[in-house]
Amino acid sequence: MTTIHCDIVSAEAEIFHGEATLVIASGEAGELGIAPRHAPLLTRLKPGQVEVVGEDGSRHSYYVSGGILEVQPNVVTVLADTALRAEEIDEAAARRAKDEAERILANRGEAKSVAEAQQQLAQALAQLSALERLRKTLKH
Amino acid sequence: MAGAREIRSKIKSVANTRKVTRALEMVSASKIRRAQDLMRASRPYALHMREVIAHIAQANTDYRHPALQEREVRRVCYMIVSTDRGLCGGLNANLFRKILADIHTWQQKGVGVEVIAIGQKAAQFFRRVKVDMVASVTHLGDRPRLEKLIGVIKVVDDAFMQGRVDRVYLCYNDFVNTMSQRPCLDILIPVPAAARQIGETKANGIHPGRDATRIERQSSWDYLYEPDAETVIRHLLERYVESLVYQATLENLASEHAARMVAMKAASDNATKAIDTLTLIYNKARQAAITQEISEIVGGAAAVG
Repeated sequence: MTTIHCDIVSAEAEIFHGEATLVIASGEAGELGIAPRHAPLLTRLKPGQVEVVGEDGSRHSYYVSGGILEVQPNVVTVLADTALRAEEIDEAAARRAKDEAERILANRGEAKSVAEAQQQLAQALAQLSALERLRKTLKH
Repeated sequence: MAGAREIRSKIKSVANTRKVTRALEMVSASKIRRAQDLMRASRPYALHMREVIAHIAQANTDYRHPALQEREVRRVCYMIVSTDRGLCGGLNANLFRKILADIHTWQQKGVGVEVIAIGQKAAQFFRRVKVDMVASVTHLGDRPRLEKLIGVIKVVDDAFMQGRVDRVYLCYNDFVNTMSQRPCLDILIPVPAAARQIGETKANGIHPGRDATRIERQSSWDYLYEPDAETVIRHLLERYVESLVYQATLENLASEHAARMVAMKAASDNATKAIDTLTLIYNKARQAAITQEISEIVGGAAAVG
């Protein structure tokens, strides 16, 4: 089976490197599934999860809060702003952040804090969805 | 006993110096671990960033960002990362010497030079040299933060985008290991020149990083961009400059502590040696004084008798 080399790095650490058969990420223009020999692609990432399907079919999922994805025919590089393993996300903290963001949105403060809150909300939602997906795959 | 007293006070002062150098050595020894951890943690990001940027330099993009094009060099800018404090051996001096030689070759070609100083030592040194210093930032501390560097990055970015400078160098000490730090003059922008330099150093085996050969050469190719080329490339280049400058400060910080540790260890050892020699001289002087006194007494007694 052909594979594609995948590197996920954030400014704080190297998160993942290895061979993959499929890399799933949420780009700015929509969800992306990258298989080996994909055309060269450059995109920004939305806060969300990056999923790597390994050679043996194992799935690893990581949460990124934004970043850049580069695809070469046999290399995928994710330059993440911050990346976490989905297992490491603290669900309670994510929920708190979501509630907090929703509260600020409800109060409609000044324009700047609204934008900030929307950003926070998007991040919290992305973290939660990453967790939910992880839970689903664990059940199966 | 006047000679002996002088020697004794000399010994005391050397011993005090040794106390200071010992303390500095131990401080650096404890700080170096953390500095190394910080540096190692963000190294992969900077490495991958360089690779991605090198790929982009090869792509045939419709959107021509100024940083992706080489132009005739009429003015160069050096971003110089140095330490804030001294007593770290030849670390800064070696880097500055290399930079000065480079500046000199540019100036002989009639190319203008300006510098941006990061760190107190560079700021002090290049104030005395006849070049324009356009910006400086000092006192980054033991945990450099990107926010503090944003200002100088903006200056260099504007200078390049407005066409005031045509090439930007990033100068810092690359941390190889505790015993050796390598002064580096890396081309930061324009990107094609930077990519070429990376290729050369790789060929020389200096940067034993990762192989660039994984990419299959095609005569002409371009990326698919989402949402569009301009947004993505701008965003990426911003990140590129930030991450490389940040990484340079971390490398330099680790180098600083390593160099200081080694320099202070040498100083402490030298102080110990000096104390040993002085003690020997002191003992000899003391002995000589005693001998002389005895012979005076004996001589005096003989004269009386």
